[in-house]
Amino acid sequence: MRTVIFRTVAPFLTALMIIFSIFILLRGHNEPGGGFIGGLIAASANAVYGIACGVSPVRRSLRFHPMAIAGAGLFIAALAGCASLFAKAGFLTGLWTELHLFSQSIDLSTPLFFDIGVYLVVLGTFSSITLALEEREVE
Amino acid sequence: MIALAALAVPFTAALLAPVLAQLVRRWLAVLLAVFPLALFLFWLRLVPLFASGREETIGVSWIPSFGVEFSVLIDGLSLTFALLVSGIGTLIVLFAGAYLKGDARLPRFLCYLFLFMGAMQGLVLANDLIMLFVFWELTSISSFLLIGFDRERMASRRAAIQALVVTGMGGLSLLAGFLLIRYASGASSLSEVLALGDGLRELPVYMACFILVLGGAFTKSAQFPFHFWLPNAMEAPTPVSAYLHSATMVKAGVYLLMRLQPAMGGTTAWETVLPIFGAITLLAGTILGLRQTDLKLVLAYTTVASLGLLVMLTGFGTEGALAGAVLYLIAHSLFKGGLFMVAGGIDHEAGSRDLRHLSGLRHGMPLTFAIALLCALSMGGLPPFVGFLAKEEMYYGLFKDGGWAMALLAAAIIGNGLMLALGFIVGLRPFLGKEMKAPKHAHEGPFDLWIGPAILALCGLAAGIFYHFFHEMISIPMASAVAGENVPIEISPIPHISAAFYLTLLTIAFGVGVYLLQDRLRSAIDRALVALGWGPDRGFDQAISGLSHLAHRVTYFFQNGRLDLYMTTVFCVLAFTLLFSLAFFSELPELPGWPELALHEWTILLIIVVGIGTVIMAHNRLTAIVSLGIQGFGVAVLFMLQGAPDLSFTQFMVETLSVVILALVMTRIPLAKTDHRSNPEKLIDGGIALLCGVGLGGLLLAVTQTPFDGRLSEFYEEFSRAIAHGRNIVNVIIVDFRGLDTLGEIAVVMVAGLAVLGLIRIRRPRVEDIATPVGDRS
Repeated sequence: MRTVIFRTVAPFLTALMIIFSIFILLRGHNEPGGGFIGGLIAASANAVYGIACGVSPVRRSLRFHPMAIAGAGLFIAALAGCASLFAKAGFLTGLWTELHLFSQSIDLSTPLFFDIGVYLVVLGTFSSITLALEEREVE
Repeated sequence: MIALAALAVPFTAALLAPVLAQLVRRWLAVLLAVFPLALFLFWLRLVPLFASGREETIGVSWIPSFGVEFSVLIDGLSLTFALLVSGIGTLIVLFAGAYLKGDARLPRFLCYLFLFMGAMQGLVLANDLIMLFVFWELTSISSFLLIGFDRERMASRRAAIQALVVTGMGGLSLLAGFLLIRYASGASSLSEVLALGDGLRELPVYMACFILVLGGAFTKSAQFPFHFWLPNAMEAPTPVSAYLHSATMVKAGVYLLMRLQPAMGGTTAWETVLPIFGAITLLAGTILGLRQTDLKLVLAYTTVASLGLLVMLTGFGTEGALAGAVLYLIAHSLFKGGLFMVAGGIDHEAGSRDLRHLSGLRHGMPLTFAIALLCALSMGGLPPFVGFLAKEEMYYGLFKDGGWAMALLAAAIIGNGLMLALGFIVGLRPFLGKEMKAPKHAHEGPFDLWIGPAILALCGLAAGIFYHFFHEMISIPMASAVAGENVPIEISPIPHISAAFYLTLLTIAFGVGVYLLQDRLRSAIDRALVALGWGPDRGFDQAISGLSHLAHRVTYFFQNGRLDLYMTTVFCVLAFTLLFSLAFFSELPELPGWPELALHEWTILLIIVVGIGTVIMAHNRLTAIVSLGIQGFGVAVLFMLQGAPDLSFTQFMVETLSVVILALVMTRIPLAKTDHRSNPEKLIDGGIALLCGVGLGGLLLAVTQTPFDGRLSEFYEEFSRAIAHGRNIVNVIIVDFRGLDTLGEIAVVMVAGLAVLGLIRIRRPRVEDIATPVGDRS
């Protein structure tokens, strides 16, 4: 699998896929996409990178253990749900606000953070499974 | 409402204990003792208000959809228990601070202790049945933590598990009983149950309720034949024993019986079962206690005996017997808590708890000796202590015509006599004789080691001397609550000539005799028990190991480690379920007409069919996996064409990832590269696959042929923009409308990922590990 061409292209491909996954994640609320699909794309990006260049560069580039990322995602998702408690609404009720930045208005919402949480959980879990599988056992 | 807040105080202290430990070290226990002291004073302030037999409930709704309230019931009974829990709790916290001085585990210990205190206080005050059950189980869990505090020691772990299993099972039985009471009578709280009058006794399910509630009360209060866990629980540090097993937890069962006595008592079942088991427990406890040489174990068995006595009196149910039970309960809490702390003090300062190594401690520890003597005299039921009041009242209560009352009276006399002997064995024997060559030079402990027992001993004396005040404030309101009507108590510590007086003399003579003959009796009982060779304690071990053997057998039957068998089973069941239910309920779908398809749709269908064909024909696993992916992509394209971009998008990604993961898995597990099945096996597998396919296809057709209910999708179409500000309905459903489901799902994804990770990382088992099943490795 580790041909020169593949190894050369893989990092760019991975970067593109990650960017694409974030794009997919952010547009999800109005267009096809969302946290789950975005996470899957990012996880495949990591898998591609891992197959091409080995597991340790992927682990280095992720900085954290993939499961820690998944845990953080779960935490963020739960936290996004708790935010509504301060507004005296039920758990996980969506709250919306608008942010004006460079004369653009951006919708910010707790469902967005919830979706980011989903993204991270999917990315972390599937990455850790694929990476662990790609790793050869050293005995 | 303050009473509700009071329930939270011990839990607050439990939270604070580890935090405060960072700031103060030496005075941690003293500082934290302020919490239960405040509680004690709070309850004490309420005593005069409730002395007239008033009863009050305060509550807020807790789980309104099930009619569960968070409510407390305050009357003479619960107030006395609250006083015992908080008052003795204060002394125990002080004592624990001295006992575990310098131990790094003290904050954790205090944390558990407060947790337990909160649970116990909640239990005795709870009005709602469900709330009572929650606190009941919380006492089991917190006592599990306390008994198993020395977690490195096997014996203490075993004792903790044993206590949890026994009391936990009792708790479940209690829950069943409560639910039954609730559904049969409609009463959801104790006050409603008590207000039913004869309602509960006349229910057709009374017997079932009675047995279930009794299951809870008997296991918690260590009644025969569940008495074995309590002495084993002596593995806990002494402050725990003093608190759990003399003053509070084990009395939870007695509390419950006393509480329900007005509603459930008075029936033949109640008046025979309780006294019989109580009397057996009383005699078994005292006789087994006589055999012990460890101070704590002697005390533990007398606790078992005392609980038996209490259950017996509660079951007997006459006014006098109930008054005797109430007095004895208070007396027992005072002298037993004191004696336990004395035993702990001796252990701490003299280095041993074994009777055979202790003597002549009166020289080194005169103060402890005095305390121990006061407690022992109260335990022996001698005037002017509160123990004497209790004994007299119970003799008056039991002294009736009829063989039944006479038999119980005899049991009470023997039990009391033995208890007197045992009290002297703990409170007198270590201090008499010539000074010993102890492991440590015995000397008086620090202030906070003896202040607790001293206060308890003096309380026992004061309650006896100021009996008038004591009766008015504590015992009459409590006895009235237990009896459900006003009970006058006029017993005084001045002996006067009556039948009870002669019986007292008999008791004392018997007890002193046993005390003098203790060594000979001990070896005789020892021999008898060794000859018997089996007890409930052994039985518990046998039951547990039998259970684990059974579990192992069952597991080995289902999880025999052969993947192909698992797969065959799963798919056979799937096919059967689908086809059988479709055929049996005659919901087989009609075959649809041949559809008009465009050319590109035909192409996709062709790709799918070719994909499946390749999977079946493939000789190499990798080819099969990739072909499976092709087929999956074809389905994803179909989704796209049918207007479900989200679904097809996800399907594409899932197919890609699953091909990658499957291919990676294949390189790791040792499988034959090619198919090794014989032709008949292939035929069978193919048949199963075909059946599954037909079943699933039929199910899908049947679903599409039922009329479509569009209300839900209409709702989403209408509101996804308005409420959730999103045009992509699928995503809106996932992150907004059904966000809680998604949260659960991603949690499942993560946990499943952790499990997969664990499986991948697992070391390949050696051959001998496979040969011996897991349960047999030790």
